[in-house]
Amino acid sequence: MSPPSRGDEPLEHWVSDAPFDPHVAEALTPEQERIYMASQWRIMWIRFKRHKLAVWSGAILGLIYFSVLISEFIAPYNLNTRHTDHIYAPPQSINLFHEGSLKSPFTYGLKYTLNMENLKREYSDDESRVDRIRFFCLGDSYNFWGLIPMRFHLVCPPKDGTMFLLGTDRLGRDMFSRIVIGTRISLTVGLIGITISFALGMFFGGLAGYYGGWIDNVIQRVIEVIRSFPELPLWMALSAALPVTWSPIVIYFGITIILGLLDWTGLARAVRSKLLAIREEDFVSAARLMGAKPSRIIWRHMMPSFMSHLIASATLSIPAMILGETALSFLGLGLRPPITSWGVLLAEAQNINVVALYPWLMLPVVPVIIVILAFNFLGDGLRDAADPYK
Amino acid sequence: MLRFLVHRLFIMIPTLLAISLIVFVIIQLPPGDYLTSYINELQSQGESVDEAKIAFLREQYGLDKPWWQQYLVWLFGMLQGDFGFSFEHNQPVSEVVGDRLWLSFLVSISTIMFTWAVSFPIGVYSATHQYSWGDYGLSFLGFLGLATPNFLLALVMLYLANRWFGTSVGGLMDDQFIGQPWTWGKFLSVLEHLWVPVVVIGTSGTAGMIRRLRANLLDELQRQYVTTGRAKGMSPRKLLIKYPLRMSLNPFIADIGNLLPQVVSGSVIVSVVLSLPTTGPMLLRALQSQDMYLAGAFLMFLSLLTVIGVFISDILLAMLDPRIRLGGGATR
Repeated sequence: MSPPSRGDEPLEHWVSDAPFDPHVAEALTPEQERIYMASQWRIMWIRFKRHKLAVWSGAILGLIYFSVLISEFIAPYNLNTRHTDHIYAPPQSINLFHEGSLKSPFTYGLKYTLNMENLKREYSDDESRVDRIRFFCLGDSYNFWGLIPMRFHLVCPPKDGTMFLLGTDRLGRDMFSRIVIGTRISLTVGLIGITISFALGMFFGGLAGYYGGWIDNVIQRVIEVIRSFPELPLWMALSAALPVTWSPIVIYFGITIILGLLDWTGLARAVRSKLLAIREEDFVSAARLMGAKPSRIIWRHMMPSFMSHLIASATLSIPAMILGETALSFLGLGLRPPITSWGVLLAEAQNINVVALYPWLMLPVVPVIIVILAFNFLGDGLRDAADPYK
Repeated sequence: MLRFLVHRLFIMIPTLLAISLIVFVIIQLPPGDYLTSYINELQSQGESVDEAKIAFLREQYGLDKPWWQQYLVWLFGMLQGDFGFSFEHNQPVSEVVGDRLWLSFLVSISTIMFTWAVSFPIGVYSATHQYSWGDYGLSFLGFLGLATPNFLLALVMLYLANRWFGTSVGGLMDDQFIGQPWTWGKFLSVLEHLWVPVVVIGTSGTAGMIRRLRANLLDELQRQYVTTGRAKGMSPRKLLIKYPLRMSLNPFIADIGNLLPQVVSGSVIVSVVLSLPTTGPMLLRALQSQDMYLAGAFLMFLSLLTVIGVFISDILLAMLDPRIRLGGGATR
């Protein structure tokens, strides 16, 4: 039925017989519904995905952290396998073509000569020897996670040849394998440290923010004092105080605790200011009037609304810890061999001769830079996404 | 303003007391003291230990007293300018330290100046040319500086300066000036050597400053008064400099509080690598050999540097921003 046309006649009374929906103005298209009805975490995810750099950084970090689970499998050599014939060997390249024909990946043999003028070890490719690299093969034996003895590797050096992707150090140990295995320590230092500082920050920030008054005052003063210490000298002093008799693994935990102990102040401040703001919200008053206990109010009602902020700021403070460990180990106050981290590896590159003669010993800095950048970008993305209703 | 100053100074006293207590606890932390390790060393070399001499030393340094008495002695000594005795160098701490404190101070101040000088124009450029290639490129450079460990950068700079300029940039002055009184030539020589550590330490702080200035300026530029000004035909230059830039300067100065501890930390490790005659290398050595009063003096000085830096930034901020001055002391 079509609406009547205007004429000279007075308009007839006309009623549309289509069913009437009184909520028509408020109805949402499926597209809108997906966004408006989404949970807070879902909106954050949508928002986070828009920050391409952060997504990529997250993916890279995920990959690197995954590699930590299977470092020994990825590394072609063992942490401490020495090649006394190949001390300070430069990085070897992997080739695909030999005399114009395509082959499976291979390395050339290394020829060693001692330069009698400056006593520098010089290596050159021996083009007559083509050593094919093996994949999914048996190589150096290791204890997987320190428990299961295994010999299985992703890549192995050729049968009688060598494959030093990033060169070797002063004892002829493969740098690439050492960097891969060192990742485990370097990255977990940040994680354990941040867990400690997170717990401390939540606890003290929560106390200060929820109770206020003199508790708040005392905690604020303590935070101020801790913040006015320059971090590195204090870290140095504390790690110098770790007894020499401790085993390296205990020292490792000691260092992570030291890193965490000084870092919680920023988080505590964030927790406190958020709590102060949220404390005045209606839903908190409602919960209090209904007789909820303080712990329930904090954990059940207030925590979810600022957790995202905390995670973002925690992500941003992990890089400082990784750099801190690297610096301490470089100075010889941090981790000690046989524990291997990027900082311990860099400590080998301590003097200028290394820069001039064996620059590949500085390569552990590359993963440091990548990880620090990735954490920064990821943290930026998380922080932007943390407040999705803005 | 005077009330604000006095109030602010008053707050510093308990802070410094707390810091001194923490420093003292830390330098006491290693088990044993310098004398026990000294005795062990003598015995391991097969030399006899003169019990009477050890007892005398122990008494002279007050090492036989309970720790809180030692702390009070140390604290009051510092107030009178006596920083204790360096066991390793067998001299009073103040003589061992010598010029080092001032040179550390010089390096830190120059680094902050450098950071400002670099991050200010870059921050303004990034904010006014948001999302341009220049913005991305400069931000990335800043990030790279943030992510590179200071000490490695120092090492590479050392090598490059040696290679290209043929000068050895290690140290903070030419050898002939070491231990000499200050002259014009010595001053110039210091300036010549200063740039390497300043650039190296500065790189890590610059990125943060750039980002903060950029964010602040972007916030300001979106305000309505800017739109109004532009609609009324104000020149873009004046529109940028007259108000938004001044407003975004505030956090820039307030940030000394964050920047200074970072700079001091950076200077410690960089000066170890470059072997600068500042506090860094000696602090490291003192920590390793449990030379507790020497280490304590350095830690105290470095913390004092940050506390005073924050104090100065608060005063500058109060001069800039009447809201803080009139707000009755509580800042930040």
